Amino acid sequence: MAVLKDATAIVGIGQTPFAKQLPEAERALACRAILAALDDAGIAPDEVDALASYTMEETDEVEVAKALGLGDLTFFSKVGYGGGGSCATVAHLAAAIATGQATVGVAWRSRKRGSGPRPWKNTTAQLPTPAQWTRPYGLLRPADEIAMLARRHMHEYGTTRDHLFNVALACRNRANQNPAAIMYDRPLTREMYMNSRWISEPLCLFDNCLETDGALACVLVSTERARDCRRPPVYVHSAAQGLPAQHHGMVNYWNDDPLTGPAWTAARHLWKHADLTPDDIDVAQIYDAFTALIPLSLEGYGFCGRGEGGAFTEGGALEIGGRLPLNTSGGGLSEAYVHGFNLITEGVRQLRGTSTAQVPGAATCLVTAGEGVPTSALLLRN
Amino acid sequence: MLTPVVDDDGAPFWEYAAQGELRIQACADCGELRFPPRPCCPHCRSFATEWRRVAGRGRVWSYVLPHPPLLPDYAEQAPYNVVLVELTDAPRIRLVGNLVSEPGARLDSVPVERIRIGARVQVVFTATGLPQWVLERP
Repeated sequence: MAVLKDATAIVGIGQTPFAKQLPEAERALACRAILAALDDAGIAPDEVDALASYTMEETDEVEVAKALGLGDLTFFSKVGYGGGGSCATVAHLAAAIATGQATVGVAWRSRKRGSGPRPWKNTTAQLPTPAQWTRPYGLLRPADEIAMLARRHMHEYGTTRDHLFNVALACRNRANQNPAAIMYDRPLTREMYMNSRWISEPLCLFDNCLETDGALACVLVSTERARDCRRPPVYVHSAAQGLPAQHHGMVNYWNDDPLTGPAWTAARHLWKHADLTPDDIDVAQIYDAFTALIPLSLEGYGFCGRGEGGAFTEGGALEIGGRLPLNTSGGGLSEAYVHGFNLITEGVRQLRGTSTAQVPGAATCLVTAGEGVPTSALLLRN
Repeated sequence: MLTPVVDDDGAPFWEYAAQGELRIQACADCGELRFPPRPCCPHCRSFATEWRRVAGRGRVWSYVLPHPPLLPDYAEQAPYNVVLVELTDAPRIRLVGNLVSEPGARLDSVPVERIRIGARVQVVFTATGLPQWVLERP
């Protein structure tokens, strides 16, 4: 049986600038990010034979392959559920390459959310039927949906706004070290956080990710092929998707235990097929569309016990030098929100030793996709 | 305001609600309640369905207070509450709704300081058949 463990490696990463508004269209941005990633790997575009992206990606594989002069494709895949799909794009490519369906894979995400429309502004004409149970009552935006879980977590476990601030601050501090981050020159203070406007109580402005235009890509090949590439390989040690029993996307309110979401399901598979445990992880890139997802994910991926995710953030645990340095490029909260793909590329930089907020000697990194929706995760090592 | 976009599975819920009844889908074979509605019982895989009337009493499991920017109709009433109510006679069945002072009242008609997790609530219905919730001890 083909084994996924360390069989493939990420050998190239690329990105466009990140901004509230970029002049180019999503397709052009996608092409630029992919070409940058291939150049980083030292692989010619016509060698690419596999593509993977998100179902929400508007630039489809036919157009991308045509525009970039890619070779014959023998594998292509799209993963659903928005930010839950980020790590799964890499996982699908890894599986395809490990089983001989392809040799050079590219995953990408291009998005103009900064200057584009907000999905929750859709009128009834576009309202999907699952929304009949939530939207008429004014639970309109992802922030509203996650705030419901955040409030319950606070009630059950004593999680506080200071805990959420710890998350926002760690991400902002890292962004302040990263010239590519949208919030590079904008420090955050506790006073700013506590005095900011509410978005959906108990979540305030700084609990929410950025609205960003930008694109990113990465290149995956077999471990054997990776030895010939331009950069040191970053191995896909373990990968998992997670869609728990009785899950309902974003509003995981109707299973037995709404506070154990998709992260728990993905984590069980991820660790089962790894030589590592949470104690072995040097740095983590955890999906942060909202600060409140971090405590839930810390619990789900086993860095602490159920209900301890808030307290875990205390004492600088998420800062450089702390117990688990978090989102070291600034994450979705302070670098760019491109459906979590920047967390993958930052994981690669950490393991190459080239992050702007480098964790000394980082050899292992957990990267996760969105908690709250059918999700995915990667364990990367160098 | 947004109105429910009803599918085949959910239609009976809204038809009963329009008559002032809160009914939850149940398996006609094993009797397990399920929500949101769907064609097949996840416990016994039966397609036989019935709609069981429930008392309409519950407790607030959690709540949020959305602030603008929001869709105009909602922004006009913001900050308002959205509650998740766990039914007293059917634990695990939870309904998203609004806590209001009386049926059809504005979404911000209950003062924020009156809302807490665990508060006992009772279902009411708007004129258009949307379930809402009032505090049992106003």
